[in-house]
Amino acid sequence: MYVYDELDRGLVNERVEEFRDQVSRRISGELTEEQFRPLRLMNGLYLQLHAYMLRVAVPYGVLSSTQMRKLARIARVYDRGYGHFTTRQNIQFNWPKLEETPDILAELAEVEMHAIQTSGNCIRNTTADQFAGAAADELEDPRIWCEIIRQWSTFHPEFTFLPRKFKIAVTGAVSDRAAIKVHDIGIVLVQGADGEVGFEIWAGGGLGRTPMIAKKIREFLLAADLLSYLEAMLRVYNRFGRRDNKYKARIKILVHEIGADAYRDAVEAEWADIRDGALALPAQEISRIRKAFTPPAFEVLDAVSTAFEARKFEDRGFARWVASNVRRHKVAGYAIANISLKPAGGIPGDATAEQMDAVAEYADRWSFGEVRVAHEQNLVLPHVRQDDLYDLWLALGSVELDAPNIGTLGDIIACPGMDYCSLATARSIPVAQQISERFADLERLHDIGSISLNISGCINACGHHHVGNIGILGVDKKGEEFYQITLGGQADENAAIGRIIGPGFASDAIVDAIETIIETYLSVRQDGESFIATLNRLGQTPFKEALYGTA
Amino acid sequence: MALEIITANRLGDGLVIFLTTDGWSARIGDAVVSESRDETAALLARAEADAGLVVGPYEITVERQADGSLHPVKYRETLRTRGPSVRTDLGYQAA
Repeated sequence: MYVYDELDRGLVNERVEEFRDQVSRRISGELTEEQFRPLRLMNGLYLQLHAYMLRVAVPYGVLSSTQMRKLARIARVYDRGYGHFTTRQNIQFNWPKLEETPDILAELAEVEMHAIQTSGNCIRNTTADQFAGAAADELEDPRIWCEIIRQWSTFHPEFTFLPRKFKIAVTGAVSDRAAIKVHDIGIVLVQGADGEVGFEIWAGGGLGRTPMIAKKIREFLLAADLLSYLEAMLRVYNRFGRRDNKYKARIKILVHEIGADAYRDAVEAEWADIRDGALALPAQEISRIRKAFTPPAFEVLDAVSTAFEARKFEDRGFARWVASNVRRHKVAGYAIANISLKPAGGIPGDATAEQMDAVAEYADRWSFGEVRVAHEQNLVLPHVRQDDLYDLWLALGSVELDAPNIGTLGDIIACPGMDYCSLATARSIPVAQQISERFADLERLHDIGSISLNISGCINACGHHHVGNIGILGVDKKGEEFYQITLGGQADENAAIGRIIGPGFASDAIVDAIETIIETYLSVRQDGESFIATLNRLGQTPFKEALYGTA
Repeated sequence: MALEIITANRLGDGLVIFLTTDGWSARIGDAVVSESRDETAALLARAEADAGLVVGPYEITVERQADGSLHPVKYRETLRTRGPSVRTDLGYQAA
């Protein structure tokens, strides 16, 4: 993975010392909260319901085992023994003390981590396919381009005070696991007419109170033009994006109001001026960054491991875990192992310090020291020999990380909700816990098959409820928690915004409502048909009738 | 008028606190209770004068139970007096 050079290290260390000074000035009373608040937010430090919350960036979801051990240490020493992996591939600590935050940031800097770009109206931490560099369906490793974007966007002086926050996602694969069409800018690596790798560019996607699917802005962009084009896109947004209304300030509103064609024209005009300027990427620089992502020293193995096949045959539990949690690797004899952070009844995305240490150890032993964070709030060991999967599975079981439920109804995305978040209007986690408990039976869970259920505790949609096949939005209705259901959302290459099925449900009725939807699906599906395929074939009617009766 | 008290988060560790007759307390039972708009305004002014110790003071509505204890009307505020409902080992409820 990418290793900091002197410039990166200097920037991060300087920022830590700057923040240390700011914290001491706040504590001494020299700075008011009004003056201090934007400064702490620029360092990822929020104030939530019960305490401060520190959001640490995991650039494009990539962690080394050393970094994972550091996160475990921070959870243990400075927090309450756990961390929460988020839907933006980051990690949040829920109980840091203000006085200790500079020390936490100094420790993070030792392993080339920080909390920059995790708050504020800047270009946020870029996200990517969690299987980058490993996926069988990948054209090229997107991390190269994420790192180039990181270097360009960090402390970008022109884009430090944008109308609103700005999120970029990159995928290099055919299957979109990075949800690029619901980002401010989505980038897909594609092959040009002459076979060279370039980019398809999307803009104006987003969730929140006005969910929108991105529009395609450019069919093909040459690799060397990436930064100049992004700069032009940001400039047009920075100039014309609305600043009069916070809720209309995202780029999706601009693209929607003026139209994709007008936005594209403005970008292309701006780009014409800067295309061949300082931002044109020299081939030499691309190859320097590319080297940082040289694949690990994979062994030459048979495509099929007989030992692995035999283990699956002998051990039903292992076979089930492989079926749901293991994905195809681009290198013969290897596999991608997903580690679910969603045990039945558990808190989605939470991991204890002990679990983080264990994952770091397994990464060293079986995955070249590499770990990934998925936006679905799970972890990934990207490069595991098929022959090692059985031992990995046993080891994961010893730390309760072996839930065989990736991509199933148990794999619920949920924001922290009102249990932690000061913006939330209802709790999310208890609903996720009750649903995963209701569907804990593995026979039933795997019979239901592939489905996504996402829960947000407020309209800001951190739980991505709009793009869940089933979405749940928690709202406050006269002081009571109430839950609206949407059906038909998708976050992948067929991205779609779910539609509200009908009136919401009280907290004691929401789980039954979900079960009714699932039972309806099971009763009307055709052989091998997934939930979303059934829904798309039949529409909402059978589900609506089951929930509300035939009026 | 409904009963009101003043709450905030402590500057140093961010934990939830309540304005008392002579300072701040982590226990809602220690809070000084306002029964009028003027009283609430005066308490808020006092709280804001402590800007070097606390962050974001605001008033919340509470009810006094038969046993004399104070309970927030809004569930959000109840959560703040206790801690996360999904981690009863954390926050004030754990003590």
